[in-house]
Amino acid sequence: MLSSVRTLWYTFLHLFQRNVTVPYPEQMPYLAPRTRGRIILSRDPDGEERCVSCYLCAVACPVDCISLQKTEDEGRWYPEFFRINFSRCIFCGFCEEACPTYAIQLTPDFEMSEYIRQNLVYEKEDLLISGTGKYPDYSFYRVAGLAIPGKDKGEAEGERKPIDIRSLMP
Amino acid sequence: MNITFDISAIVAVLATLMMITRPSAVHALLYLTVSLLAAALVFFVLGAPFAAALEVIIYAGAIMVLFVFVIMMLNIGEAAAALESTWLQPSTWIGPSVLALLLAIELGSLAATGSLAHPAGAVVNAQAVGIALVGPYMLAVEIASFLLLAALVAAFHLGRAVMRED
Amino acid sequence: MSNPNDIIPGLLNIILGLAFLMMMAALLTWVERRLLGFLQDRPGPNRAGPSGSLQVVADGIKLLFKQDWIPPFADPGVFVLAPAIAMVTVMLAIAVIPATPAIGIIGNLNVGLLFFLAMSGLGVYSVVLAGWSSNNKFSLLGGVRAAAQMVSYEVFMGLSLVGVVMLSGSFNLTDIVHSQRHLWYVVPQFIGFVIFFMGGIAETHRLPFDLPEGESELGAGFHTEYSGMKFGMFFVGEYIGIMLVSAMTTVLFLGGWYGPFLPPFMWFGIKTGLLVAFFILLRAALPRPRYDQFMAFGWKLLLPLTLINILVTGALMLAGPVPS
Repeated sequence: MLSSVRTLWYTFLHLFQRNVTVPYPEQMPYLAPRTRGRIILSRDPDGEERCVSCYLCAVACPVDCISLQKTEDEGRWYPEFFRINFSRCIFCGFCEEACPTYAIQLTPDFEMSEYIRQNLVYEKEDLLISGTGKYPDYSFYRVAGLAIPGKDKGEAEGERKPIDIRSLMP
Repeated sequence: MNITFDISAIVAVLATLMMITRPSAVHALLYLTVSLLAAALVFFVLGAPFAAALEVIIYAGAIMVLFVFVIMMLNIGEAAAALESTWLQPSTWIGPSVLALLLAIELGSLAATGSLAHPAGAVVNAQAVGIALVGPYMLAVEIASFLLLAALVAAFHLGRAVMRED
Repeated sequence: MSNPNDIIPGLLNIILGLAFLMMMAALLTWVERRLLGFLQDRPGPNRAGPSGSLQVVADGIKLLFKQDWIPPFADPGVFVLAPAIAMVTVMLAIAVIPATPAIGIIGNLNVGLLFFLAMSGLGVYSVVLAGWSSNNKFSLLGGVRAAAQMVSYEVFMGLSLVGVVMLSGSFNLTDIVHSQRHLWYVVPQFIGFVIFFMGGIAETHRLPFDLPEGESELGAGFHTEYSGMKFGMFFVGEYIGIMLVSAMTTVLFLGGWYGPFLPPFMWFGIKTGLLVAFFILLRAALPRPRYDQFMAFGWKLLLPLTLINILVTGALMLAGPVPS
């Protein structure tokens, strides 16, 4: 009985405390940059697509919402199409962790409402942004050994010249 | 005043008739409740507001609710309603109806001779009821309380017996 | 009464009074949700209209336009009757409450208190019949619980008022308020006050005594099958019931319209409003008791307490110079 009265008193005191909720559309909550929201595909500092279609994100995805197809253009690998079905996506961030080139990233934007379900299927044009996302200086082809136009083997950062195995010189 | 009395009296009689002829038990109880409410209004018009209030509180508000409660628990289905319909044969209801008709004729003759012409007597208030209960009717009240106490003890005993079996 | 010139103002009084009551009940739904929000550190409904006050209109429109469905397995007549009883009984009961000597529908009824008890007794039917006619096991369980709970708590509610009746010597609510001119009955009848208020909560089946509804175990209890305006009638009936119990407690224990400085009507409104707010605080703070604990609490604690209260009050009245 006494504890009930005490409960009443403490609950009454809550009348004078600040609200813990915020009026959301007018007052946006602070979202950390690491918040897992809408997925984007980023570009490297030169403005080229970072994605090399390794399929690791599609493999890592627990709900199989990512589908893509690899294609090649002068040594660089690209996705021919890259499709994320956001009506399935659970925003777990596994794709971002799996990505070896920092191409796929999750952003703090979560306001994705549609009246038509089909509109939640995002194609590559919808996913690609023009910037570099969270990793402004990273460029996969600059550190990878793969030869692409304008950068031969051994010209990447921290990479030694290829050894001519037919030569006897040390 | 007389119109109120007439209407509530007619309602009471009709509701009671409907109560007897309903095959569904809950519907019958509802009509009985309406009949009790009409009777309470008759009491009120006759100058006994205390009795009217008690009629509603105790009969309509408590006892009838317990009846409804029990019937709900019994879960009487279609079969019981059908059985009830077969009981509503003329051979079953003709006897009580004749007796009731005799009473009605008696009441009508009394009304016709003018013995019931002034039904609205003096207002009987709660104090008068209380004095009557502990004064001239003391013995009846005591006997009734004995009976109720016995019922209470019996109900308690029956409830405990069921508990022990579990 | 037979004079036709008296009938028209009387009817107007009734219609305006009930319209005011309906509006207050509708507004109370918003007040409750808002206050409940503040008590739980959130703002509550604040979108529709100035600080959310038009939420009532939105809810009303929604309820009116919902499909008014009677389940095919239900007993249609009783199913429709039940919500009507819920509203009619509370509205009739509130009619006997005198807000001031001048304001009130039939505030001067000489058995006003008994009339209130009778109407709250009839209110049981709405819940019980709703539970039975829905023909649904959860509804039935809600109805069974309601019957047991309300009949039991009606006993304590009635008995807790005996002390007040003894002190004031009248069933007339206006007289009861008049006799509290010097001392509110909450002081000499504190036990009666507490028990009456608890009984009132149980009668209106409000939280924490909302066992007939019991969302967590019975779906929505007795009104599981109700939709649209029939559900709305239960809803409005419940809120008028809250106001009824608050106003009744004010009249019986808190001195009705008496108070310094402010006009009588204001005092009545303030006291009733505070009690309504207390109802909401109870809802915010306390959990629902288990059913057997609830019934045991009633019969094993409240019943002896009320009887002792009556006994002590009577003894003091006979022995000492208690003002009567």
